[in-house]
Amino acid sequence: MRTTTTLTLILSSVLALAGCSSVKLDENAKVEDRSATPTTTADARTVAPVTTGSTDPLNDPKGILAKRSVYFDFDSFIVKDEFKPVVEAHAKYLSSNKGRKIVIQGNTDERGSREYNLALGQKRAEAVRKSLSVLGVTDGQMEAVSFGEEKPKANGSDEASWAENRRSDIVYQ
Amino acid sequence: MMKNLIFRGFVLLLISFTGLAQAQLRVETSGVGATQIPIAIAGFAEETMAPQQVTAIIKADLANSGYFRIIDTGNTMSETTAVNYADLKSRGADALVVGSVHRLADGRFDVRYRLLDTIKATSISGFGQVAGPDRLRVAAHKISDDIYEKLLGVRGAFATRIAYVTKTGNEYRLEVADADGESTQVALRSNEPIISPTWSPDGTKVAYVSFEHKKPVVYVQDLTSRQRTVIANYRGSNSAPSWSPDGRRLALALSRNGYTQVYIVNADGSNLRQLTNTTGIETEPQFSADGQYIYFTSDRSGGPQIYRTSVNGGDAQRITFGGSYNVSPRVSPDGKTLAFISRREGRFQLYVLDLASGQELRLSDTAQDESPSFSPNGKYIMYATQAGRWDALAVVSVDGRVKYRLTPPAGDIREPTWGPFMK
Repeated sequence: MRTTTTLTLILSSVLALAGCSSVKLDENAKVEDRSATPTTTADARTVAPVTTGSTDPLNDPKGILAKRSVYFDFDSFIVKDEFKPVVEAHAKYLSSNKGRKIVIQGNTDERGSREYNLALGQKRAEAVRKSLSVLGVTDGQMEAVSFGEEKPKANGSDEASWAENRRSDIVYQ
Repeated sequence: MMKNLIFRGFVLLLISFTGLAQAQLRVETSGVGATQIPIAIAGFAEETMAPQQVTAIIKADLANSGYFRIIDTGNTMSETTAVNYADLKSRGADALVVGSVHRLADGRFDVRYRLLDTIKATSISGFGQVAGPDRLRVAAHKISDDIYEKLLGVRGAFATRIAYVTKTGNEYRLEVADADGESTQVALRSNEPIISPTWSPDGTKVAYVSFEHKKPVVYVQDLTSRQRTVIANYRGSNSAPSWSPDGRRLALALSRNGYTQVYIVNADGSNLRQLTNTTGIETEPQFSADGQYIYFTSDRSGGPQIYRTSVNGGDAQRITFGGSYNVSPRVSPDGKTLAFISRREGRFQLYVLDLASGQELRLSDTAQDESPSFSPNGKYIMYATQAGRWDALAVVSVDGRVKYRLTPPAGDIREPTWGPFMK
């Protein structure tokens, strides 16, 4: 009796298995295309990367802080109105960046005594330093020095060269 | 407050004081004194065996001085050769110089000289010196000094030295030379400017301003040992050193309190004392020869003028009144004359002022004069000027008549300082 039942079971499972293997895959079925194709409207799942981070405005070649020079009239050490925006910009930067230090270098044109010109150049450096100080920059962040006529930017002996050399430069350390 | 500065850029400092002569300065005379003493100079016996021609040096010294007309005797005469006074008088000579240069066994030279009065047929002076081959030029200059002093009554300055700054491309050099521009030696080389050199009274040190720290700092350099001492590196600019006559102190211009003011300090940098106290420019201090006063440049009246104050401080008296720009005061060794640079009609020219009478005299015809320096005998002033495109050193007598120039072979030359009498 048991042998018959077993046989029946075996037979029916074989038949069932035979039935599974006869199901065929439909090779012509449509497959959804998930590759990227150029479309005029962005796909909702697109991720376009952006890079950001902190930038030092001091290094922006187009910003006002890129201007580091103040020019002076002959025999003068007054900071003219046209240079006040530059001075204000550096004052603001230095007040927000108390760890930064500058040396202000005063220069003169070549005419006259070297030592007297050293003192004139010092007055030009001091004038810029005082302007920055009044705007809140701390003493410890600044030193005013003079090159007098010793390090000219322009080497001619004409009014244009002289005007180029009557100058204070703000030099970040 | 001393500030620690980080070196920027490439700083090349090479201190060398070699015994080798560098390229010499060329001398060109363009003016002589009102009267010239005709003096005959014989060849010295055996001098052609020595590395330097002693009589050539003596002739050049006396000719450049502007007060002698040189007559060649055409022969050689030692200090023992018999003299034909009649012959010399007929050639117009008032004095005769004779001598010998004898090489000793140890390689040094026995240099003997005699100065004779041809009219009185007597000996005026004479002495001997022993000198090594590298000291022969100095020995010749000392003979010139003696001739100058015996015939003019003023000590000669031929055996003195000068210091000055040269700039060739990006290299600055502080150089020392004999007063005739020979035997140049380099004391300091730098790729940053050097200005305002000034000799110590004993002639062994030079104080100067160097920009090697990217700001002006005052140094004293001992020429014999190469030792450099920072005298002033305070906040701001440090410059314009001037020695006291006893060599113990320096006057300086410092901007440490925000305004350039005159200070006095010990020669080692200690004991700083502020002398002036204004909100203007006070600079270019100079000790008077007796050490009692400081002359200086001040713009307290609106433009730069020269003032004088006691070395102990107090009120300052104004000294210059001509024109609106008077700078670079230098006092003569006898305290009677002030040399300075004045801008008149746009030209920067050397002037002297008689301090007693207030009389001033313009000494140059050029337009960019700077940095005057008296010879230690007070008879001449050396200054920097422009000869065409290039800078040169010029020498003029205090009365304006004697003129000559020292030109370097290449590069610009400036900031001369005339050294003291030395042994």
